[in-house]
This record gives sequence, structure tokens and C-alpha cells, in this order.
Amino acid sequence: MSFKIYVPRDSAAVALGADEVAAALLAQAQQRGLEMDLVRNSSRGLFWLEPLVEVQTPAGRVAYGPVTAEDVTGLLDAQFHTGADHRLKQGLVDEIPYLKQQERLTFARMGVTDPLSLADYEAHAGFAGLRRALTLDASVVVQQVLDSGLRGRGGAAFPAGIKWKTVAAAQAAQKYVVCNADEGDSGTYSDRMTLEGDPFMLIEGMTIAAIATGATQGYVYIRSEYPHAVATMREAIDKATAAGFLGADILQSGKTFHLEVRKAAGAYVCGEETAMLESMEGKRGVVRAKPPIPALQGLFGQPTVINNVITLASVPIILARGADFYKHYGVGRSHGTLPFQLTGNVKRGGLIEKAFGVTLRQLMFDFGGGSASGRPIKAVQVGGPLGAYVPECYWDLPLDYEAYAAVGITVGHGGIVVHDDTADLSRLARYAMEFCAIESCGKCTPCRIGSTRGVEVMDRLKNGDHQAEVLLRDLCDTMLHGSLCALGGMTSNPVLSALNYYPQDFGLAASVAKVV
Amino acid sequence: MLTETTRQTVQHLVAAQKHVPGALLPILHDIQDALGYIPAQALGNIAQALNLSRAEVHGVVSFYHFFRHEPAAAQVVQICRAEACQSMGAEALWAHACSRLQTQGGTSADGAVTLEPVYCLGLCSSSPAMVVDDKLHARVDADKFDRLVAAAGSAA
Repeated sequence: MSFKIYVPRDSAAVALGADEVAAALLAQAQQRGLEMDLVRNSSRGLFWLEPLVEVQTPAGRVAYGPVTAEDVTGLLDAQFHTGADHRLKQGLVDEIPYLKQQERLTFARMGVTDPLSLADYEAHAGFAGLRRALTLDASVVVQQVLDSGLRGRGGAAFPAGIKWKTVAAAQAAQKYVVCNADEGDSGTYSDRMTLEGDPFMLIEGMTIAAIATGATQGYVYIRSEYPHAVATMREAIDKATAAGFLGADILQSGKTFHLEVRKAAGAYVCGEETAMLESMEGKRGVVRAKPPIPALQGLFGQPTVINNVITLASVPIILARGADFYKHYGVGRSHGTLPFQLTGNVKRGGLIEKAFGVTLRQLMFDFGGGSASGRPIKAVQVGGPLGAYVPECYWDLPLDYEAYAAVGITVGHGGIVVHDDTADLSRLARYAMEFCAIESCGKCTPCRIGSTRGVEVMDRLKNGDHQAEVLLRDLCDTMLHGSLCALGGMTSNPVLSALNYYPQDFGLAASVAKVV
Repeated sequence: MLTETTRQTVQHLVAAQKHVPGALLPILHDIQDALGYIPAQALGNIAQALNLSRAEVHGVVSFYHFFRHEPAAAQVVQICRAEACQSMGAEALWAHACSRLQTQGGTSADGAVTLEPVYCLGLCSSSPAMVVDDKLHARVDADKFDRLVAAAGSAA
């Protein structure tokens, strides 16, 4: 009898030896005369258990992890392929509390399917959203996205439906859909997981966007640091095109949408939409002044839908299950779910898809199990390198765009980086300023010059010149209000939050610091 | 001066993509994939084919961190130095790598290894992370670093 076994092909699992585990399993199965169907699935996002190997049993998929190549002999000796006991056995994968307590809409297929199998994708509700969209008038598709309350998951949280409506209404011979997959924020990897682990979902979302707005050409702009994602996405596009889900006549509907991958080249600022457009046009990634907005004059001057990966990947389920189904999740004006990426100094780091409203404390302790080092958690950076360092007094706030904005925190792309009490916040704040200096596109003075002066001022502060605090605050204010884009504008978030909540790390007395 | 073979490779790669909208980045990627870097002497050829000035092409090549101006060593080691990796000891790992490879970043004095920082490989939940000759590694400490670099060095 043949047995079915799953070994992830996600980069994070591969970085921990998943390829070696797969090779050892195949070699040993052959030696032992066992018939094995080995599937390279994607990751469930339970990274502390990676590589997480799953075996199909009559009761369901049973998980073992973290598995190394050296464990394979022992696992097979113990008959793990029948679901037998072993010290690495984690039980039925769907029953693991970390996974069971999530609300997986966008990541429902992640780790379940073979990412490059169209048949597997369709067997797990894939293309249901596209098929429904093809039966609707384009304006109805746009209305569904508007009604769902979906906001851009890239950082600015702008309603996706409004962007789409603007592009749909624009008159032009050529329109584009561009997916910004230049996920450069430290502490984020949900884009990478999607590109590698469920690429057809992104293709489906982009195709729906094209149908809704009248675009016929699309691009996925993927960062060069993600070579596995680039390769997987290219292969998926070829397969989808060959099967008629993309191309000149999508599912015999008469609609056309061509899709192509463009590889970025390591410029953080190209996560900003206009800098990305310049890059795609073959230029330096220098930010454009707005207006005109890209929805009207975007790529090559034409109307362009620009969304990030998770925004577009959220669209298929909205079309398949309806706007109301999606809108029902979340709190306030933050509808739906967000894949929170719990990272850094935490015991059980991984991807947690939850409806808006969950708290940082729940994520860090209930899911994460506290710090990996066993030391107290001191600060949490939320929303990437330009996000604030959040002190404990805010760990019980519901994660909600408005509630966070009210206290100066950006949810951003949902990245959460945990630091224990050995972290030096003045050093981390200096790093943020230095990062801005290196990554500034150079177009506007507050960002280009301000970040360099910022590093110098922080060094003065660190060397005991307390007057420099006033200068630093003034400089942050100039960068915040004078920069052309979020890179310069948001650098004040990590810097001021570190200064306000952790003044002792700068050699300042707590009473000196002004909490804003 | 470019060798004749290199010049032909560049010409061929430029011709293959020059009609693609926004062709410059795809062309530069192809050249770096083929040669391991973008030779300064190739910029004129690229500029001419795309009807750009050489300065414009230089501006693009030098803007992006990914493009190399000279070939890397036979062994390339990249260590992530972004926040999530920092929280788990990436700075100590970087210091260890610098002392072990006898470089402050860049190609080592003996020309055997190029050490580079990267800012996020998307392995933030299993940090610190690094790349050795295109292969990803997570949860790296000093011991694991020594083992991986020694293994890759002996394989090369």
C-alpha cells in the first residue's frame, strides 16, 4: 500500500533542512521497499515546528516536527507513516491549537495543497471567485470589493474598491494591474509565503481585478531577495496560462489578461507604489509626486491598479463567498482578517491569520508563548522598520487601523518583531535612521539629508549631549511633514517611540521625555 | 575592455529584451545572471541599444543594491541584519563572520569569500538567517555558521 507524506517546500522550511528531509525519506522508502507518494506542500506557517512533516492517515493528516534528516530512520522505524507514536509527533495537524485558533480565509489552503497543482487548487475552492466574477458585470465586481470593506494590506490601508472604481472609470486604450510584491519590511513574510505557497490565489485575485477594471496586462513586481518566489510565480503563471485561466480568452469568456513577473533589484523604497512604477519603467526607483494618482496615470502613464499581495489574494474569497461574508470579520472599520507575522525573539514564531481586533498580548503570549530567550519582553515593533516600538501599555489594544493610529502606531503589513530586555532601543532607533539614509531615493531633502543628520544627532545624544534631544525631535517633525513619501515620513515612528517610551536607553531621565 | 565573448553575450542579451516595455531592469538581471556582475564597459552598449545616455544607465545600475559592479568571490555569504534577525543575535553573528572571514564586509583579503549584509530574506520567524552560495539557512549561530562556511568552502 502506498502512503502519502507531505514535506514543505516553503523557503523557511527549506532553510531548516526540508529538502534534505525529503531526500532522506525518498531514499529510505526505496531501501525499505515502501511505496511513497511524497508531496511538497507549502508551509502552515508554524515555523517553530519546521520542517513539519505530515502523513495522511484515515483520521486525517498527522504532523511530526521539527524533523531533521537524521530523524528519518527513527521515524520510519517507528512506523510514523501510519501515524504511529514518536517523540516528534504533534498529533492531527488541524487540532494543533496554534492553527485551530486562527481564522484562515486567505491562508486557508496554505500548507494543505501542492502550490503548483492546478487540480489541487481547484479541489480546494480555487477559481470559484474568478468563475463568479466572469458571470457578473464589471461594476458589480467592483461593488463587491467596495462592500467587503477590504483595505490595502500594504501599509496605507486605503480602500481597495475605491482604487478599482477610479481605474474602472478611467478612459484609456491600455490599463494595468500591478501587484507590489516588494515585501521589504523586516518581520514580514506573508507575501513570500503566498507567492511560494499559493501562487494561483494571487493570479486569481489579479485576474478578477483586471476583469473589474478593464486591464489586460498585469505585472507582479517581486523582490530579488526572494528567488524561490520568483521561480514559483513564473511557473504558476505558465501553468495557469496553458490551462486557460490567463491569456487571450480566459475560460472562453472573451476577456483577456496577460501576466508577467518583474524582478526587483534590492531597493527598499520600491515598496512605495510610485517608486515601483519608475523601477518597472526601467528607471531609478525615485518617488513621484502625487497627483497625478497612479489609478489615473500609473505605469507608462496609463490607469493602473496597484495593490500588494495580500490585498489581491483576499479578493478571490470575497467574490466566492460574497462581500458580507468577508465584512463580518473584524472590528470597526477594519474588516476581514490580517495575516499577522509573529517574529523575532519569540518562542513560537509564525503566521497567524486572525480577524482584526486581536491584541498584541494575545499574539505574543497565547500564540507565541513569550520570548525565545526566556527573558522579559521589552518592546515590540509593529508594521515594519518604519513602525513604532510599542511599550507594554498598548499590548491590550485591539489591533484595528483606527485604534492603533490614535496612539501613533501603524499596523502596516502586519509584521510583529519582538525584542527582549537586552535590546537597546537607542541603537535600534539609530538603525532606523541609518536605514532611511541608505534607502532614501534622494528626491526630497527632508528624507535625503534629514536621515543623515538624524544619525549624527543621535550619536551626539548618545554621547551625553542632552540638548540634541530637542534637535532630534525637530528633525523628526520636519521629516514627518516634509517628506515626499512614507520612507522619510515614517522614520520618525521608530525613532520617536524609542525616545518617548525608552528614554533611559538614550541616557535620558524618564521625566525629560515627552510622551506624545 | 570587454573580451569579445563577453561583448557578444551582452549584445545578445540586450537584443533579446530590448523591445520589452521597461526593458532596462530585465536586461541588467540577465547580464548579471550570465556574468555575475554588470561590467562598466557594457553600459555604453546597453545605453545605445535602448536609446538612453550612458549616464542614465549608470544611474540605474548604481541605484539598486542588487547589481554588482565587480565579480563576487567564488563563495558568497549573506547575513540578514534587519530587526527580526537583530533581535536574535544577528549583530553578534555578523561580528563573528567578519572576524572569521577576515573582512569588514565585501570580498576577503585572500579573495576567497564575499561577505554581504542583506535586509530581510523573509525568514523572520526563524532568525537569524543567512545565505551561503544561494542556499538559505535559518536559526544560524556561530557554530552553524562555521560548519556551513567550511562545508561550502570545501565543496567549491
